[in-house]
Amino acid sequence: MLEVSGLVKRFGGFKAVNNVSFRVDQGEILGLIGPNGSGKSTIFNMLSGTLPPTSGSILFAGHEIAGLAPHRIINRGIGRTFQIPRPFRKLTIFENVALAGFYGQGRHSRVKAEEAAERALAMVGLPTDRHASVDGLGAAGLKKLELAKALATAPKLLLADESLGGLDEAEMDQAAEMLRKIRDELGITIIWVEHIMGVLMRVVDRVMVLDHGEKISEGLPSAVASDPRVIEVYLGTDAETTQAAAAEARRRAGV
Amino acid sequence: MTGQGRLAAWAVGLAALVALPFVYRDPYHLHILVLILIWSFAYTSWSMMGRFGLVSLGHGGFMGIGAYVTALLWNHLGLSPWIGIPVSMVAAGALALVVGYPCFRFRITGHYFVLVTLALSGIVLQVITATRDYTGGSLGYTPNRATTNKLLALQFDDKTTWYLIALAVWLAGIVVWHLIDRSMSRYALEAISEDEDAAAAAGVDVTAEKLKITLISALMTALAGAIYCQYQMFITPDTVSGIAVSLQMVFAAIVGGLFVSLGPTVGAIITILLAETLRIGFGTKAVGWDNLVYGVLLVLFIIFLPKGILGSVLDRLKSQRKVSRTHEQEAVKIAR
Repeated sequence: MLEVSGLVKRFGGFKAVNNVSFRVDQGEILGLIGPNGSGKSTIFNMLSGTLPPTSGSILFAGHEIAGLAPHRIINRGIGRTFQIPRPFRKLTIFENVALAGFYGQGRHSRVKAEEAAERALAMVGLPTDRHASVDGLGAAGLKKLELAKALATAPKLLLADESLGGLDEAEMDQAAEMLRKIRDELGITIIWVEHIMGVLMRVVDRVMVLDHGEKISEGLPSAVASDPRVIEVYLGTDAETTQAAAAEARRRAGV
Repeated sequence: MTGQGRLAAWAVGLAALVALPFVYRDPYHLHILVLILIWSFAYTSWSMMGRFGLVSLGHGGFMGIGAYVTALLWNHLGLSPWIGIPVSMVAAGALALVVGYPCFRFRITGHYFVLVTLALSGIVLQVITATRDYTGGSLGYTPNRATTNKLLALQFDDKTTWYLIALAVWLAGIVVWHLIDRSMSRYALEAISEDEDAAAAAGVDVTAEKLKITLISALMTALAGAIYCQYQMFITPDTVSGIAVSLQMVFAAIVGGLFVSLGPTVGAIITILLAETLRIGFGTKAVGWDNLVYGVLLVLFIIFLPKGILGSVLDRLKSQRKVSRTHEQEAVKIAR
């Protein structure tokens, strides 16, 4: 469904993303992990059109989408959430999602937009009441709103950017379940960028690990969690903590 | 107020406004009312953009184009304002797109956008002044008096006709304001004003939405300039174009209230009454005082009453109604 090859993003002399290639199959949840500054968000920004790639190709459903404007990419069926929720505070919760339903589906129909908003809000578990204000939402609620906005654009592929930051353990598990539910019930393919490795490992089908803008490992969660290169760059080189963390990661991944 | 109640209030108010010149005929007061209506329309046009954080100081330019293009076409080519006004609007619209597109495409926002539009105002004023052989320069310009077909020339001697024209134009502006307020474009523009990237991620074509509202705003402002010219039959670069006129729009819209449909109208009433009072009270000694007062008031409003007079009053009424409603509910509960 998505085929990325030789993707490069250079900021001046700095290569944020260096020759990264990967593919995502229909109905899959791909986890994308890596330390801070490894290029995860940059890849997301190129996939969603926020940044044009320096070079490389992004084929979505057989069409080249590299360098297209964000709204065109959304209309082709790639929705995204932001790492830090970016709600529109001048609009109500419902209006936030209806806006995405109206413009994101490329149909510009108010009725369809409101239907999409109701479905998306129900899916993530937010009230479908038309007058509820964004100001009443906490961290978990804002993440749900972010997800509802993306869902209302009727994506075929969802780019979920670190959706668990700032949540407690129970909320994290809920959110991870949510992504699985979105894939299982709506058939939406997902790329999930996440810092918190344990929860991610339980939900994703495959993991790709980035470091310094390069892909260093890719495969099943169990295999990646025990890849020494991943353990080194992702969990640090301090032997004792590394081993403990790796064991924890394996345990959570159910290996 | 319920939807029906609100509609009824509008209908009654409108009927009273239409009936007014047939009952009340004082020419000076009618003149002031015509000015208030025309400027209200101009301020409403400005606030179409202003309410979404697109602060333009270029609208003096659009107004000047509306006024001067219409008058020049009439005097030099004998083209009726009925054609000249649409032509002038198209000219202003084209200029708005030429200036707006690169601004929006390359994300010139906030202060930088204000600066670009400020330059636009200055340039239009300079062009009018520099082409004095055609435009009369800073001495001003008068459309030739029509002797035979006044309707074709859009020139009328009686104040009642002008009052009704101005009322119709003003009303059209209010209707457009409400149409936009209810459209999905409002959601998109509110979203854009907060966060362009997030709006784009919701599928909004940010550049196109901004261009659309800029175009509507520029077309309307040019119409205001043309109507002003036809009514006054005398225009100078300083009264219909330039930075001073742009600032006057910003001031009136902010004072009246940017976020409610009648806010700019309230702003026009206040600014025009203020200018007239100063003119009559102090005569030529007070030339320019109104601008001084505007400046001081603008600062005070932005700090203490950012929603403007009408916006703040409506807010207060709304919260009072909410309070009284909760009191009623409490009373009902207690009664049970």
